[in-house]
Amino acid sequence: MRYESPESVEKAVALLGAATGEARVLAGGTDLLVQMRADIVDPELIVDIKKIAETRAVTEEKGGWRIGAAVTGAELKEHARLKKAWPGVVEAANLIGSTQIQGRATLGGNLCNGSPAADSVPALIAAAAVATLAGPQGRRDLPVEDVMLGPRKLALKKGEIVVSFLLPPRPPRAADAYLRFIPRTEMDIAVVGAGVSLTLDGAGTISAARVSLGAVAARVLLVSEAAQAIIGSRLDAAAQQRLEAAARAACRPIDDKRGTIEFRTDVAAVLARRTALIALDRARTS
Amino acid sequence: MAKHHIEAVVNGDAVEFLCETEDTLLDVLRDTLTLTGSKEGCASGDCGACSVTLDGRLVCSCLVLGCEVGGRRIETIEGMAKGETLHPLQQRFLEHAALQCGICTPGFLVASKALLERTPDPSEHEIRFWLAGNLCRCTGYDKIVSAVKDAAATLRKG
Repeated sequence: MRYESPESVEKAVALLGAATGEARVLAGGTDLLVQMRADIVDPELIVDIKKIAETRAVTEEKGGWRIGAAVTGAELKEHARLKKAWPGVVEAANLIGSTQIQGRATLGGNLCNGSPAADSVPALIAAAAVATLAGPQGRRDLPVEDVMLGPRKLALKKGEIVVSFLLPPRPPRAADAYLRFIPRTEMDIAVVGAGVSLTLDGAGTISAARVSLGAVAARVLLVSEAAQAIIGSRLDAAAQQRLEAAARAACRPIDDKRGTIEFRTDVAAVLARRTALIALDRARTS
Repeated sequence: MAKHHIEAVVNGDAVEFLCETEDTLLDVLRDTLTLTGSKEGCASGDCGACSVTLDGRLVCSCLVLGCEVGGRRIETIEGMAKGETLHPLQQRFLEHAALQCGICTPGFLVASKALLERTPDPSEHEIRFWLAGNLCRCTGYDKIVSAVKDAAATLRKG
């Protein structure tokens, strides 16, 4: 097994593009090393992207924030200004595993692991985050909701990596939130996850919203019907009911040991509502 | 393929070692550097028995490759006591009987030290959440939480 740790994006994509056998990108390693140990993957080449400066940086860009794909959850949590602008994204990243896992786990890895239950992905989708990809043919931007196609299936072409994410500028009176349901308090995988980002006008009415649901379909969903259900409202009881109905209607979950179809559908509706209420409260005081 | 030649700093000492790509930092610590204080429990990042700090950041050494740590600073349980003098956390763990079989203890101590360096006066809630990735099947955790609170008070007095 070959290990490379290039210092440039160009070198990384050249290595991955030229690979003849199975090649894997190493960011935090919290999924990759477990899968290697369990013989689920046996790569011939590992390309560690952490020495590439832009994968490790958090910078302001065009009034928004660019987050490197290999920035850890713990680093996001310690970034006070990012946390103030995008509390939902930061709290979602910090629900992944334990303190030890948060010291290594990254947004890029969480997305590219290709799990529909990934905690940070609904938050990124609700935030309208755009992934910047680099490959042998150059760079392109892809909305996060278009990166994952299904379990372990990504829209990335051979040799392509996620370099960073761009979170858009935050207008006044805007906030996001993320909630997940797990049967314990910590260290578990989402049965359902819900991310909501919304903006209020001067009168306190929701003028823009995005709602995303995780672990209720083969990929993390952007539920535009749920956003439409609350735009133009102040999230009164009727709007909350419409939101719940839209969330429920979007669910296409599986039955598994973590939850039944019926349970996941119910929980998705409840979580969408609760998450929207938290985002609303934050937006009012932001 | 040739082995990787890695130079790093472990508990303040410059070390160099050879490793295969698939060797984890835990493998290197235990098998190559004979620092067997860090334990292998689950080998999948769930139990925290292999906790170390990497450039000051708490991580599971079973989820780090040995070849990743070139030029980096690693702290393990072996670096915690100063000669014969136990760290206040170690002392309080003994006094509170915060261990029984001891397999999880190095991980709890390393993780607790990382907590107290950031949060000198943690609440019980903060201690329990910070240590959620360290599993103990003997104590029921209460004694560990008490020991960490008590050690925090000692450290705050300086």
